[in-house]
Amino acid sequence: MSKVQNNKAWWLVLPVFLLVAFSAIIPMMTVVNYSVQDIFDQSSRYFVGADWFRQVLQDPRLHDSLLRQFIYSFCVLLIEIPLGIGIALTMPTKGRWSSLCLIVMTIPLLIPWNVVGTIWQIFGRGDIGLLGYALNNFFHINYNYAANASDAWVTVLVIDVWHWTSLVALLCYSGLRAIPDVYYQAARIDRASNWAVFRHIQLPKMKSVLLIAVMLRFMDSFMIYTEPFVLTGGGPGNSTTFLSQTLTTMALGQFDLGPAAAFSLVYFLIILLVSWVFYTAMTHGEKN
Amino acid sequence: MEWMSWTLPTAIFFASIATILVAMTVWELRSASIERRGFLPIATTRGDRLFIGLLGSAYLHLLVIGATDWNIWVASGLSLVWLLVVMRWG
Amino acid sequence: MSKREKLPLKKMQLRKVVPLWIYLLFLLVPIYWLVNMSFKTNTEILGGLTLFPQDFTVANYRVIFTDESWYSGYINSLYYVCLNTVISLSVALPAAYAFSRYRFLGDKHLFFWLLTNRMAPPAVFLLPFFQLYSSIGLFDTHIAVALAHCLFNVPLAVWILEGFMSGVPKEIDETAYIDGYSFPKFFGKIFIPLIGSGIGVTAFFCFMFSWVELLLARTLTSVNAKPIAAVMTRTVSASGIDWGVLAAAGVLTILPGMLVIWFVRNHVVKGFALGRV
Repeated sequence: MSKVQNNKAWWLVLPVFLLVAFSAIIPMMTVVNYSVQDIFDQSSRYFVGADWFRQVLQDPRLHDSLLRQFIYSFCVLLIEIPLGIGIALTMPTKGRWSSLCLIVMTIPLLIPWNVVGTIWQIFGRGDIGLLGYALNNFFHINYNYAANASDAWVTVLVIDVWHWTSLVALLCYSGLRAIPDVYYQAARIDRASNWAVFRHIQLPKMKSVLLIAVMLRFMDSFMIYTEPFVLTGGGPGNSTTFLSQTLTTMALGQFDLGPAAAFSLVYFLIILLVSWVFYTAMTHGEKN
Repeated sequence: MEWMSWTLPTAIFFASIATILVAMTVWELRSASIERRGFLPIATTRGDRLFIGLLGSAYLHLLVIGATDWNIWVASGLSLVWLLVVMRWG
Repeated sequence: MSKREKLPLKKMQLRKVVPLWIYLLFLLVPIYWLVNMSFKTNTEILGGLTLFPQDFTVANYRVIFTDESWYSGYINSLYYVCLNTVISLSVALPAAYAFSRYRFLGDKHLFFWLLTNRMAPPAVFLLPFFQLYSSIGLFDTHIAVALAHCLFNVPLAVWILEGFMSGVPKEIDETAYIDGYSFPKFFGKIFIPLIGSGIGVTAFFCFMFSWVELLLARTLTSVNAKPIAAVMTRTVSASGIDWGVLAAAGVLTILPGMLVIWFVRNHVVKGFALGRV
């Protein structure tokens, strides 16, 4: 659609701008202020320049949780995107069944994140949980997310798949619905294989929603906090301590305002770069 | 405002960011920017180039602070050069 | 001929349906387990594994509905979530209209800036939020949480609504203006009814993201506006975890979401079909 140039449109955007600016810019300025000072209380604070940044950037704790975070987010995308596409392709397109599918699939999205943690905390326990009990007694796998680091890690991953694959599937489903029937009819006339239909019709049409899905899933898994916190509190050891939790412990637990603020800014810069890359890819994809 | 713990350097930093934004707005109103291709892989407007320049400068500072013992002003100097290069030829 | 064609079709259907059922089962089993536990007594829960409550009880639910500190958690959560949905929608509607109809100075950068706020981890803003709302005297109020949640809900609402509005042909606006409608009158009487399902979907997403968020809600409240998610940590006491009550509280947090889906289910289907979420 061709849009008209009209700078008066700013008046319509102004409420949103003011509201978000209030919640985004003032806190952001404060974080920047904190990050260059050593703060004991309001009256005794000292300017320290870039010291906190140096400390944070050279802190092995940050490196570890950053690495864990990237591996985790990568695994999340690797599982959820193909699975979501697959589910979307198998979903019925009309009738009662499709409504039912949609509703069931939306349920996990609407559960508060700490309750998601609680559900799996209960479900996975060896003594009172169905999953833990079954794994230990029927499959004879020694599974204990509270004591075994790799079990905890896998559990957090499974939780995320349980929680968010539906979002990817629903987005892909919406992309698929936008394909006119004519395309499929043409493919049938050409006797195209299922794979060819997928590769040349469905996948290209899903490209834009897939990009949104990848972006949302990457960002949200990158700031995951609640589920591992409820499940194991980031343990055992540090196996499920991701970036957000390291940061929260620093800021609220130890009240290290300066380092926490420096960490926040580094974290935010990473997010900013990644979302800019995705956004540019998205808008340029639309143009072509 | 006391709780925001302002310091002179950060105040100058934000004031200069605000000044740049205002200046860019005035410039844009005077003569609208045209999208063009430079050495960057995508077509950009003036505002895009400013954003890329600033983001690049931030990462440059982090790199210098994290990986070297150089003075912070070295990073700032390099950033300024980078910003000008991106604005002119990006 | 027709029979031969139908047979592979059925096989295909089966190959499609079975994985879907497995997936839906995978989604539902943990929830079934939670519901199952909420109707058991603690002795039964800890005594052994039973697939259905042998000693069916609603005592866990009674605890929640009779203890004020429990049920006020639900009221607080619902209150700030609804407040947030209303605020988000009312500011996002005109903004989304501006983005979908006009080009203006800095529009693309503004849109991107809005989206980065959706992407920024709440943990980054935790401390300054706490101090910001304390300094303006809003700490531990519902409006504080509602405003804080606007940070990620308003950008999302603008984004979704913009998609829906771009689907409405521009000729409708032009005709209305020629017929002498003023902007507010046109917007309220003609435009908003046209994108009704879009507003439904947006409200659904605002509700959802505000309802599930815990970190900010917990940080900005202490007593008066404490959300249910924070109240739930009470079940952990010195004598261990009260599993039954915890499960019952969990079940009750799922219910509002399910009610909302039920009301907007047709809109959501339509909304997803329009290709923008």
